[in-house]
Amino acid sequence: MLLSIDHVRKSYPGGRPVLNDVSLTLDQGQTLALTGESGSGKSTLLHLTAALDGFDAGEITLDGRPLSPLDDTGRSALRRDCLALIFQQFNLIPSLTVAQNLSIHARLANRSDPGWLTHLTERLGLTDLQDRYPESLSGGQQQRVAIGRAMAMRPKLLLADEPTGNLDETASAVVLDLMLSLVVDTGAALLLVTHSHEIAARLDRHAHLSGGQIV
Amino acid sequence: MTGPAIQALLSHWRTHPLQLVTLLTGIALATCLWSAVQAINAEARASYARASAQLATGQLDELRNPGGYITLEQYAELRLAGWQVAAVLEGPLRVGNRRVRLMGVDMLAYPALPAITEIEQGTSPPDPSEVLTAPGRLLMSPDLVHLFLSADRFPPVIESTALPPDLVLTDIGVAERLLNRSGQISRLVILPQQPRALPPLASIAPGLQRIAPSAQMDTAQLTDSFHLNLTAFGLLSFAVGLFIVHGTVGLAFAQRRGMIRTLRALGLPLRRLVWLILGELLSIALIGGLLGLALGYILAAALLPDVAATLRGLYGAPIDGQMSLRPQWIAAGLAMTLFGTLAASGHALWRLSRMPILAGPGLQAWGSQNSARLTGVIGLGLIAAGIVLSFSAKGLLAGFGLLAGLLTGAALTLPFLLSTILNLFARQARSPVSQWIWADMRAQLPGLSLALMALLLALATNIGVGTMVSSFRLTFTGWLDQRLTSELYVTAKDDAQAAQITAWLSPQVSAVLPIRSTELAHETGPLFLYGIIDDDTYRQHWPLIAQGPDVWNHVLQRGAVLINEQLARRADLWPGDTMTITPGHTLPIAGVYSDYGNPTGQAIVAMPMLEEITPGTATRRFGIRITPERASDLAQSLRDQFDLPPAAVVHQAAMKAQSLAIFEKTFVVTSALNVLTLGVAGFAILTSLLTLWTQRLPQVAPVWALGLTRAQLARFELVRSVLLAALTACLALPLGLVLAWVLLTVVNVQAFGWRLPMHLFPGDWLVLLLLTLLAAFLAASLPAWRLLRLPPAALLRVFADER
Repeated sequence: MLLSIDHVRKSYPGGRPVLNDVSLTLDQGQTLALTGESGSGKSTLLHLTAALDGFDAGEITLDGRPLSPLDDTGRSALRRDCLALIFQQFNLIPSLTVAQNLSIHARLANRSDPGWLTHLTERLGLTDLQDRYPESLSGGQQQRVAIGRAMAMRPKLLLADEPTGNLDETASAVVLDLMLSLVVDTGAALLLVTHSHEIAARLDRHAHLSGGQIV
Repeated sequence: MTGPAIQALLSHWRTHPLQLVTLLTGIALATCLWSAVQAINAEARASYARASAQLATGQLDELRNPGGYITLEQYAELRLAGWQVAAVLEGPLRVGNRRVRLMGVDMLAYPALPAITEIEQGTSPPDPSEVLTAPGRLLMSPDLVHLFLSADRFPPVIESTALPPDLVLTDIGVAERLLNRSGQISRLVILPQQPRALPPLASIAPGLQRIAPSAQMDTAQLTDSFHLNLTAFGLLSFAVGLFIVHGTVGLAFAQRRGMIRTLRALGLPLRRLVWLILGELLSIALIGGLLGLALGYILAAALLPDVAATLRGLYGAPIDGQMSLRPQWIAAGLAMTLFGTLAASGHALWRLSRMPILAGPGLQAWGSQNSARLTGVIGLGLIAAGIVLSFSAKGLLAGFGLLAGLLTGAALTLPFLLSTILNLFARQARSPVSQWIWADMRAQLPGLSLALMALLLALATNIGVGTMVSSFRLTFTGWLDQRLTSELYVTAKDDAQAAQITAWLSPQVSAVLPIRSTELAHETGPLFLYGIIDDDTYRQHWPLIAQGPDVWNHVLQRGAVLINEQLARRADLWPGDTMTITPGHTLPIAGVYSDYGNPTGQAIVAMPMLEEITPGTATRRFGIRITPERASDLAQSLRDQFDLPPAAVVHQAAMKAQSLAIFEKTFVVTSALNVLTLGVAGFAILTSLLTLWTQRLPQVAPVWALGLTRAQLARFELVRSVLLAALTACLALPLGLVLAWVLLTVVNVQAFGWRLPMHLFPGDWLVLLLLTLLAAFLAASLPAWRLLRLPPAALLRVFADER
């Protein structure tokens, strides 16, 4: 089992619990769609899984490593070496070129593979855009760069938070196809947060969050 | 992992080159002004130390006669009793228009004087017999040689770099003749090697006082206040420069929040990130610091000749105008730069180290209304602390403590004051556009606060220092009119010629006023005692600042004394008190007169009293009262009749011009620092507006969409900048006047020994205000122009980005 979320609870100071006894698992190569209303705790669960935030109770185990005992350095190492993130807002580094953005995660993880990077760049249709800066790209192009950055380091787990939320229908379809095909090719697991039941239907499994619980 | 992280961090500067230039400029300017002052101070202190070492000043015990000079008989008795002492006769020597210090040493008794030893060990040592036998030799630094070669009344000259500037060393016999002080000795140096079982000094020379090296007043002590003054201005400029650094680093960090969040999400640990950013900051500081040091060196080299002239003129300090590059100056300058950059960036770095990984990427301006209130309270606390310190501490520390408290405190209260004023204006606004303008100005205030604080400090300093210098100039000019009343000033070659000139002049001029003086060792330091004759010139014009009843009759007929302000303040002596000039001559003080530009104590008695205290004092200089129209003809006649060189007969106007030139040089450094600080503040506003530009589009785009044209928005940009600068200037005026008051009544009294009346110069303020408004207008012009030229698509993208 690659990911295990076991009876996790999370609440923010002064607020009611965002996640209340949430449990789920994900195997290597599996894809899981996480849906729910706004404020249901989808993004929070994704952030906890990515070791971006801490939880109050329960445990999350990724690739055999429980997250709760890890300090910032340990959590950073986990994000760097084991998983990759794709955000709704792309979160590219605006002062780096497309080529530099594509390679940065792999280089941080000391896992550069020029051949694989070239293949990815071609497959994502970014070959002619490599020297450009993110601000000159369309939303769909920026999200393709974000996917390339995530897949360049061959993550075991890909976490995607509404990756098509900022894109139009055509661009969404292209981005989703590319992402899913790359996940299949690399054998990575995928946990994808989405509002769209259509997108959820394309993944192996589907979990729905409501009121901070899986229903 | 580190390589790509560095690449990502540095890429920010590539896409924001102006920000990098601003940061480097801020660091370089802060370092430049500070290190220039430090270079000047270091150079001056090195000169003092070199001079002290060359002349062994402050290294050996000395014997002095508190009542005046030591006689040859006393010297001989001491030598006969076995005391190894060496006689020194010192005094000022006028050569052309320049006054140098002549030091005559008994070279037979003290051949090991360091300067002499160094000269003897040189490549072409002088023949000792030539130095010790008539006509003797004058040893001096190369810059003085041309002065002495052009005058024929001096012995041959030996040039040496082993001597301080403005000092001529010779055998005591030669000095006696040149100073016309035969048989007089200023002090006796007690040499290190003394035989055992010497008879006590009290039994051989009971009138002499033994002074330990620690009690001897040296140049470094005399000039301490002057250097502290410079340091304070350097520190102020440094602080203003750091405002730029603080603002730019804060904005750069805010703009990189998104990148930092992404890098952390990609697995870069926070600790590593903080270290990398710290390294980046230190690298930039190092580059900016080196640039600043280079600029500082150039600035110091440009200012040093004027500072040297001031120090020589004011304190007789042995300082040459040459700069040398000192490793410790480079190291200290870089250390200050690194420390300053870290201090200015500390807040931003601390916020970064505490930033949650999921924090939003939006910009956060410096401070909010609440923080403005908090800093306002802190500011008031600092002002109060400064006031308390001024009452509890003493001396220059109290003055600078008060200044520091007032300036920093006022700067910190500025955002709150401006916010309150803008609120008041906003309440009066009726139209929607004016309401938006006031609201927008309030919203922009946090981002502009630091630049406006820097502007406030620079303006207040400009007003304060400008008022001080202009008050001084006004007072000094009036004072010169009072002091330099004689139409001509004449210097005779010797006593005989002086007598002939007096006899020749007496029938054809209104008055001949002899200028006769002697140097005494007083408990407060060197004291120059002058004798005057009874003449209306003194009674009507002498610049008295405190006087008892019937002051002139008291001095001229009843044996009272006038003292200068420096001596009065140093020894706290005022009319009604008495002063012991020499043992047996304790005189009542009849009045105190202002005596600007003179660091030493001075006293005036009637000529007969001077003759009684120090018999046989020579009179070689005279002031001549004559109708001004006849002055030029008489000057020429004097030169022809007595074969006097042109410099020996000087017109009043020339003396005044010379004195004013020395005065101007005294403040050339402070004025230069003042202007540069104002320039730095103007630059701070420009950079703040340019960097804030990145946040402007989301603020103006909705207003544009509601129907305001880009031209209108551009005009509002200009109005906003000019209005904020004008408000800041209005607040700077009272602060500047308080600063001027502190400078005139506390700092000047401590640093120079004189207190000046404060004059107000509204015309200067108006010019400064107009300059400030112009600077603010120019600073806002570039952002306004950008806004004017902005394509609508760029404004539309704001809405697209916000989708």
